[in-house]
Amino acid sequence: MPRAAIVSAGWYGFKPEVGELSFREMMFEAALRAYSAAGVDPRRDVDAFFSCQEDYWEGIAITDEFAPEPIGGVLRPTSTVAGDFIQCLGQAVMLVRTGYFDLVAVESHAKPSDIATIKGVMDMALDPLYLRPLDPPNPHFIGGLMANAFLARTGLGREALAMVAAKNKNAGLSNPRASHAAPVTLGDVLSAKPVVDPLTGYDIAPFSDAAIVMLVASEEAARRLTDTPVWIEGVGWSTESGTGSLAWHQWDSMPSIRMAVDMAKSMAGLSGRPQTFTSFAELEDRYSFMEILSMEEAGIAGPEEAYSMLEAGDTEPSGNYPVNPSGGSLAAGVALEATGGFRVLEAYERLMAMGEELEPGAERALVVSWRGPPTRTAMAVILGV
Amino acid sequence: MVSRPNIHVKSKVAVVGAGITLFRRRMLETPRELAWEAARQALDSAGLTLRDIDCVVIGSAPDAFDGVHMKGEYLADGSGGLFKPTVRVYVGGGTGVFVPIAAWWHVASGLCRTVLAVAEEKMSHARPHPQGVFAYIWDPVLERPLGPNLLWIFALEMRRYMHKCNVSKETIALVSVKNKRNALDHPAAQAAANITVEDVLNSEVLVWPVNRLDVSPVSDGAAALVLASENEARRVTDSPVWIEGVGWTLDNTHWYNRELGYPRYVQYAARMAYKMAGIERPWRDIDFAEPYDPFDYKELHHIEGLMLARPCEAPKLLEEGWFDRSGELPTSPSGGLLGVGNPIAAAGLMKAAELFWQLRYEAGARQVKKPVHRGVAQAWGDLMQAGTVVVMGN
Repeated sequence: MPRAAIVSAGWYGFKPEVGELSFREMMFEAALRAYSAAGVDPRRDVDAFFSCQEDYWEGIAITDEFAPEPIGGVLRPTSTVAGDFIQCLGQAVMLVRTGYFDLVAVESHAKPSDIATIKGVMDMALDPLYLRPLDPPNPHFIGGLMANAFLARTGLGREALAMVAAKNKNAGLSNPRASHAAPVTLGDVLSAKPVVDPLTGYDIAPFSDAAIVMLVASEEAARRLTDTPVWIEGVGWSTESGTGSLAWHQWDSMPSIRMAVDMAKSMAGLSGRPQTFTSFAELEDRYSFMEILSMEEAGIAGPEEAYSMLEAGDTEPSGNYPVNPSGGSLAAGVALEATGGFRVLEAYERLMAMGEELEPGAERALVVSWRGPPTRTAMAVILGV
Repeated sequence: MVSRPNIHVKSKVAVVGAGITLFRRRMLETPRELAWEAARQALDSAGLTLRDIDCVVIGSAPDAFDGVHMKGEYLADGSGGLFKPTVRVYVGGGTGVFVPIAAWWHVASGLCRTVLAVAEEKMSHARPHPQGVFAYIWDPVLERPLGPNLLWIFALEMRRYMHKCNVSKETIALVSVKNKRNALDHPAAQAAANITVEDVLNSEVLVWPVNRLDVSPVSDGAAALVLASENEARRVTDSPVWIEGVGWTLDNTHWYNRELGYPRYVQYAARMAYKMAGIERPWRDIDFAEPYDPFDYKELHHIEGLMLARPCEAPKLLEEGWFDRSGELPTSPSGGLLGVGNPIAAAGLMKAAELFWQLRYEAGARQVKKPVHRGVAQAWGDLMQAGTVVVMGN
């Protein structure tokens, strides 16, 4: 099967509010940077374009109408995936593996600062018959219910969540994209009042405006375009429950993460615990408990082991197996459908930096992301240099 | 891609099953129930169950029609997507034909052996009218403040086509007469009828030159296909229908800067699909077509975009009966959107499903008279900018 690699990435924003550019201009800036980095002309060299976005986030019905121009996809095979960046990345990998496409652009953007009624938009994702009429007062209520169920099952306390929050908020201090990073202590988190029990403001990732564009290439094109391709060894995505049947899903776990990671591992031909074949992980952490749940579902560590790893500092950026060395979403924010893209971008850049010093095949990273409430869709990527 | 001939598509992909719900206004089923009804039929016709399906592709046009944010997630269980790699794709009105295209790359990549492709739309419960949803498709800065209506811009396009090609309303109305008559044989049809050109001309003027019978109805419905790799297809059926070529294109957002008389984006998408299928002379190599016909003039417009007729030649061929079910190149033998109905994404997939039934000689009374080996289905959407094309053969 033809291998696929990320050959360049461009981004713009990662700020609580990008006031200077419209969403289309942000897309253009990110695209320009990705294409310049690879030295390609999208009008000539890129075979297909994906944009990952959802109508309601954009405030536009049929929002793919606005996709082609900013990314150079006019009168070319351009289309929209109503999902996270990583689901788009999966589509791009498949196009490359058909053997008919050499270079595919993947774009996603988010401008939550433009949304005046974010709770209203999030409520529209609830089942119109069973859940929406409840008019939940806080859109994070699902995160709170999940966190409580998770803590009840695992026996962990709020301290474990606070350790994740403090670790990631501090880890982001050295990341230029982590505009929500802060020197937070365990005490700060534990003494803060819950926003939605048991989650405090430190446990819930805020929103960020951002745009990301990546170029996915066949092996032949990757070798032509760059000396430092980052191989997409595996990619996976899974949906465990529709939002219309949210009430019946497993609140204390997320099997879709397990299935997505298994799919990615199977594509990569890898088995065993991720830390045996990767050197760090960028995991879902839009709620602090999700990092521990992601470690569990990805097969890195059970809840108690994860707690021990947190306590021992193993998952710190300088630890044995860094988890979210970028600071994750808690430090960089949730960029709507670009959130998975942020995690891939962090892993991509870290591997690129490593790749210059290391033998090929020496380093891999695991990325796990979730589409956020109320969805039960998760994605995973295994990148390698 | 441009330099690569079709031999570089590694795996052959087949359609092995199709299903469709009734197309009606104000269906009582929820969107998820509609999706499942079509999916179940498609699985049954392929002799498969959900357990045999590796991946699911969902297609649905604007979220606002179903009134649900993240509609793919909402439809996931109704479409059989639980515990599977499930994704929703869309390109506005072009979505219906884009769903089998996305399903094609799932299989052609070798990642999935079988894919359930489901398209659903429930338009009729939008209040006060589905056109209200279309109020949000415009550029929020430049266009939306003007309060445009979708029918207005299609009226502009129809007028431009009539002027450029010197076509009368009487000739264009023949498309509506043909398709609504064809739909009399479609069990799912919502707007089948025996009407005359006079009926079309005498129907209410919506936005001149568009009369009510020039336009497809507001519909609810769902359609589904099952796609499979060559090995799987040969295992489950003796008569797989092969996807020979796919193509898709988005033109720019600025419809008002475009030559409205010719759908360049459809032509580009068609060229991509024909190249993949190894078709050099589509007007000769294609036996029948399902061009997208939400308005009667659009069928002619798209026949030309698909290069099945020269620019401005389609009206003349139509008058000669060329596109009748018994003609040289039958178009919309299903009855099209004008006759079967237009639940947006499902309508496009209905057209792809018609290729499947025709190429298996399972279309019953709708079966075209000539022998068929190869058909093309096409859909169109967004701000008159999306073209999606799929070529199938038996």
